[in-house]
Order: sequence, then structure tokens, then C-alpha cells
Amino acid sequence: MDFPTIWFIIIGVLWTGYFVLEGFDFGVGMLLPVLGRGTDAADGEKRRRVLINTIGPVWDGNEVWVLTAGGATFAAFPHWYATMFSAFYLPLLLILVALIVRNLGFDYRGKRDDDRWRANWDKAIIVGSFVPALLWGVALTNLVRGLPIDANKEFTGNLFTLLNPVSLLGGIVTLGLFLTHGALFTALKTSGQIREDARGVATKVGVVTAVLAVALLLVLGTQHGGNAWSWLTTVVAAGSLLAALGANLRGREGWAFIGTFVTIAMAVATYFLLLFPNVMPSTLNDAWSLTVDNASSTTYTLKIMTVVALVFTPLVLLYQSWTYWVFRKRIGTQHIPAAAEPVAAGR
Amino acid sequence: MDALDLARWQFAITTVYHFLFVPITIGLSALVAVFHTAWVRKRNPEMLRLAKFYGKLFTINFALGLVTGIVQEFQFGMNWSDYSRFVGDIFGAPLAIEALLAFFLESTFLGLWIFGWGRIPEKLHAGCMWAVHIGTLLSAYFILAANSFMQNPVGYRYNPQSGRAELTDFAAVLTNKVQLVTFPHVVFAAYMVGGAMVMGVGLWHMRRVNKATEPAARSDLGMYRKATRLGAVVTLVAGLAVAVTGDLQGKIMTEVQPMKMAAAEALYESSDSNAPFSLFTVGSLDGSQEKFSVTVPGLLSFLATGSFDGKVQGINNLKAEYAQKYADNPLTQSTTYVPNIPLSYWSFRLMMGVGFAAMAAAAAVLWATRRDQVPTARWWTWLAVATPLLPVFGNSFGWIFTEIGRQPWIVFGLMATHTGVSPSVSAGEVITSMVVYTLLYGALAVVEVKLFLHYMRAGAPPHEEPVTPSEKDEDAELAFAY
Repeated sequence: MDFPTIWFIIIGVLWTGYFVLEGFDFGVGMLLPVLGRGTDAADGEKRRRVLINTIGPVWDGNEVWVLTAGGATFAAFPHWYATMFSAFYLPLLLILVALIVRNLGFDYRGKRDDDRWRANWDKAIIVGSFVPALLWGVALTNLVRGLPIDANKEFTGNLFTLLNPVSLLGGIVTLGLFLTHGALFTALKTSGQIREDARGVATKVGVVTAVLAVALLLVLGTQHGGNAWSWLTTVVAAGSLLAALGANLRGREGWAFIGTFVTIAMAVATYFLLLFPNVMPSTLNDAWSLTVDNASSTTYTLKIMTVVALVFTPLVLLYQSWTYWVFRKRIGTQHIPAAAEPVAAGR
Repeated sequence: MDALDLARWQFAITTVYHFLFVPITIGLSALVAVFHTAWVRKRNPEMLRLAKFYGKLFTINFALGLVTGIVQEFQFGMNWSDYSRFVGDIFGAPLAIEALLAFFLESTFLGLWIFGWGRIPEKLHAGCMWAVHIGTLLSAYFILAANSFMQNPVGYRYNPQSGRAELTDFAAVLTNKVQLVTFPHVVFAAYMVGGAMVMGVGLWHMRRVNKATEPAARSDLGMYRKATRLGAVVTLVAGLAVAVTGDLQGKIMTEVQPMKMAAAEALYESSDSNAPFSLFTVGSLDGSQEKFSVTVPGLLSFLATGSFDGKVQGINNLKAEYAQKYADNPLTQSTTYVPNIPLSYWSFRLMMGVGFAAMAAAAAVLWATRRDQVPTARWWTWLAVATPLLPVFGNSFGWIFTEIGRQPWIVFGLMATHTGVSPSVSAGEVITSMVVYTLLYGALAVVEVKLFLHYMRAGAPPHEEPVTPSEKDEDAELAFAY
């Protein structure tokens, strides 16, 4: 296997890491208004805090996966990075704004004991989770479908080129997958009523998502060069989603979460298998497509990057897994301390 | 304004904004780690209270540094796609390595530090903040290596077939002589910021506690005094290191980017020896000649070359030389080869001015708090509030100078800035993002400052003896929750 191919796989792995991890924290963020609805205002507030605290210590580390994916694309495939990021200009702007307000929401929400302050940051978290969950799917589906790219590797379309039905379906599928994944994560990490509610939501959203996801992968597979491997990953993705829903019904939350974890990983794998050896196919002329070879960095750069990735990725996985181990306990409303705002000591 | 100007403004605004938070993150993480470690070793409750207090201020600031950093990472591809294509083979690697080595470390261990009270052993918990600090240093190293390549490209060759610069020696990129002096300069400047922050906040509380009458409140005086004096010492020592590394940097700059030095000094004509240091210079409107100046003879020669007889090249000679050397190549062609002189000149002076002012303030605080004294005059409040801002702005002016002085290059001598912009992105799209970032960043600045001041005023939380993980009750409330 040559170095550009290895890096194509590594970037696929980085996106997988991003979606399986941040996928559930997007899901938890979007479910605040659903799972965070309590019997009264005080109960609702506690439930929302339970939800946010399930991902509190880990969401930031999860998000670094996309920064690494972006950086790795820049380093290993400069043309891919340049064409993709300039082509998706406005969607990426929306994603950036969403991530900014959402991340600040987690950090700042509890820092003032004020209902309006909290309600505003709740909105930031909900919308800020919803927008990227939808738009990442739209963006990546557009990659597989191909874009109008000219001989100079430049995108020649506009925003409406990106808003086609199949890509929008792609967005709805990532949205649904992340909602299901987030609901299952909540079921796995909480106790009490919120856990029961999360399992119910996972089943409802999961069934709809399973239908849409299968439809999407069938359309993409038949229209965009499905091969034996991509059909295999498609089948595994669909199978593990169904297995996840079955496990959820039987109250096996750990297995259910592993199920959606595998589904998301296999969906990303399907996308990358459909892309290969292209990284950004051109709809104008096959010869103008960006491929792993014509978009990549030199072998020397890729070799250095490979050594760095081989040494440090296991280390990152090790300490990130340790974080999940440290914060492995379920939390419920009884664990949530009273909201406290420091009283100003003087002026 | 066209897409190019807008993209440049956007980069300037988002970078300067992002870099308000970066030095605070680097500097404050070290000091919080010091307080936390001091508590673990000596069990003095004051140190734990200080760790928690400054730790809270740190996290409020870190959040904004983090989110504005994501914008930076995406911006190269979004607004500067031709630049990304041209240097991606070299420039992308340090960025990717920064994410893999530094960002994961910072974000994961900060999560552990914030939520780890009573969940992980104490020594390990303090170690988490050190891991965050090491992450900030690694981050600084790799991003500065990338920037140093733009100031002084090394370890590459231009490949005419691919039409881009390609990496030939990664070690050379990481040990670029500009990098080796810029890294300590930037890190010490960040320690100045951290020190001044701890000092300013500490001094403000010293004065507040000193006015209190009830003995309980007064008992905190010693704690804030320790913080204030530690912050002042850090500001002074780091300030000296900034001055020394800045001096070394100036000499290397004279060698690799003589135009930047000439612009910093508004030195229009070359000076064979004894070049004067300008205290105040006014040039003609088109920036081609000097109208009026007040100077110290020989000082510039000394600063730039280490000898009062050193030769320093002037703007006009360099301009002619560059025009001849670079005008034929479309990548390096430019309408002018001179950076914005007033901006270079004044940002250079303001950088040094606010830096020295911060050091002077730190020295004054050390003097005023000697033995058991507490400064009481009203203007000390203003000093406490202003001092943390001085080195923060010093950092901003330093970067404005470094990046403006490099113009018209995006990579010095290799690629002109105007050739790096994204060809497929319209001015309308850049305006949209510019408006969005400006409004959002402006609103967030208000929120952050309010929150910061609120927690600053609140002071150090009362001491709570921490619960060790083994003593914990299953249904106990979380020691920390969002």
C-alpha cells in the first residue's frame, strides 16, 4: 500500500473517531428539550444538568478529532483541504458558529445562577448541536456525489449546488444517527426516569433513521460505484443499527451503544470506500477529479506524518479512554449539586 | 474592498482576537499548576483556594481561546486555498501534529482537571494541569514553527512541476533559527501575561481585604499577598527574558528580513555605520521619505547588529533591490515591496512600551507590598486593573508588527500575499463571514469580560477539605458539575 492510500485511510479513521465520539455529544445536546423536560421547572433544570454533565468532561476531547482530521487533510492532501474548505465556505461558517456557541454554552451555562442566562445557553447548545449534526452529513454526501470542479481543482458551483435532495437526505441521516447515538449514550450514563425516557427516544428515532440510512446508502451505492467492500460495510452498518435497537429494547444499553458506534463507523467506511481512489470527484470531467495521488503531499511529508501518527495516536487513545474510565459512573438527578454562583466579595 | 482585502482583514481580526486568549491560557495554566502542586506538597489550604480561584478564571478564558482557535484552523482552507495548496506539503504537518500532540492533551486533561475533584488521586489531579500546560507549550511550538516558515522559509525546495513548495528537511523547519528565538520570546511573553493577571487580581483583593474590618475577611490578606508577589516576580523575570529574546530576534530579523527592521525604524536610507534609533519619525504620505525625526545615534546599529558600527539597510535601497529580484515571477510579483511603515513603526514601539510598562508596574507592586505593607492610594486600583492588560496588548502589537512587517509576502520572498487567496470564494461570501465573526466575537467579548469580572470579584472560594475517591458515597453530589 502506498503512502497516499494509507493517509486516505487515516483520514477516514479520524472522521470515524469524530463522528462516533462527538456524534453522541451532538445527540445529547439536541435532546436537551426532549429528555430535559421534567415534571416541573426545577426538575427540568436538574435533568438538563444531568444530560450536560454526562458529556461535560469529554466533549472537548471529542471535538479535537475534527481538528485533527482537518489538520491531517491539510498536511496529507493539501489540494483536498484547499478545494473542500473553500467549496464548503458558507456551510463551514455555519458549523463554526454553531460549534462556538455550543461549546461556550457547556462552559458558561452554569456560571451564573439566572434562569434567562441558562435558557439562552440551552438554546445555543441545542441549535449548536443540531446545525453541525445536519451539515456534516450534507457536506460529506456532496463529496461522494461529486461537485463541479474545474481543471484548476477549483469548485465552480455555489451554495445551491450543495443543497440537493440526496445530500440533504445525507444530512438527515447523520442527524438521526447522532440523535439515536446520543439517546443511547444517555441511557448508558444516567439513572432514573431520564434513562427510561432516553431508551424510548432511541427506539423511535432509531427506527426512522434505519429506514432513511438504508435508503441513502442504497442510492449512493448504486449511483456512485458501490463495490463488494462498500456493500459489505453497508450491510454491517444496517445490521448493527438493527442490533442496537434490539439490544435497547432488551435493556442492554452497553451493547446498544456499541451497535450505533459500529453503525456510524461503517457508514463513514462506506463513504470512504465509495470515494476511493478519488477524494473529491468532479462532475464536470473525470480527469479533473481530485484523487489520492494528485491531491496528496510528497512521500517525504507523508512518511514523517505516518511516524508521528503511529507513535501518538495510541497514546491519545489511551488517555482518552482513561477519561471515559474515570467518569464511567452513571449520574442521576440526585448527584446534581445546587446551582451556585459565587457572591461578589466586594467592589 | 475586494475579496483579498476582506480576507486579510478577517485573518487579522480573528487572529488578534484569538491571541488575546492564547497567552492567558499558556501563562495562567502554569501558575494554576504551581498553586495546585504547592497545595499537594505543603497542604497549605490557601494554595488550594488560589488554584481553584485562578483555575476558574483560566477556564472562562480557555473556552474562548479554544472556540476561536477552531476558526483559525479552518480559515487557511476557506480563505487562503491557494496558499494552502502552495505550502500544504510543509505547513500542514506542524498543524496536524499540533492537533494530535497538543490539542488532545489540553482538552482531555482540562476536562479531567475541572471534573476530577474527588475522583482521581490528588497528585495525579495536579498533574492534569501540568499536562494542560505542556499541551499549550507544544501547541505554541508547532504553530510557531509553521509561522517561522512564513517569516524565513527553510527545509524546502520549489518544485516547478507541481508548482508548489515541498518539504525536504522537516528537522530544519522545526529548528528554523527564527523559530528557536521566537518560541521562547512568545512563551515568556505569555508568562508575563499570566504573571500580570495573577498579580493584578491579587493586588485588587489585597486592597479590598485590607479595607475590611471583620477579622475573617482580613485573614485572606496573606494569601492574596503571596499571589500578588508571585505574579509580580513572574512578570518581572519573564519580562527580562522577553527583552533578551526580543533583542536576539531583532538581530536575526535584520539578517533574514531586513525590510522588517527598516520598517520598524522608519529608516529610509541605508546607513553604513552608526545607524540612529528613532524615537519619533514622521514620513511623507507615500512612505518614501523621512520628513522629521528624533533619534539616538548608533543605537539602531547596536540593536540590529550588536555593534555601533553595524550597517543597517534602508527602506528605499531594499525596495529597489526587491523590485529587481522579484518582479519577474508571478508568485512574487507585487505592486509594492514595502510594508505599511506607520503601522510597523508604531506597533513595534507600542509592543516594547507596554511590555516595559508592565515590568515597571510589577516592580512598583513588589516595592509597595514589601514586608507587610499594603498599597492604599486609590490609583493602585487602576494599576491592578490595567497591569494584566498591558502584556496582553504587548502580545497583540508584537504579532501585528511581525505579520505586517512581513508584507507583501505571505511566505517571505517565496509567495506574495495576494497570490494566496481563495480564487473560488467571492467577496460576498467573505463579507458574510466577516460580519458574522465580528458581531459574534464582539458579543462574546462582552459576555466573557462580564463573567471574568464577576468571578474575579468573587475571590478565592472558601477552603473545603477534598474528598478522596475511596471515601466517596455512591449517591453523593458531584464535587463539580456544570
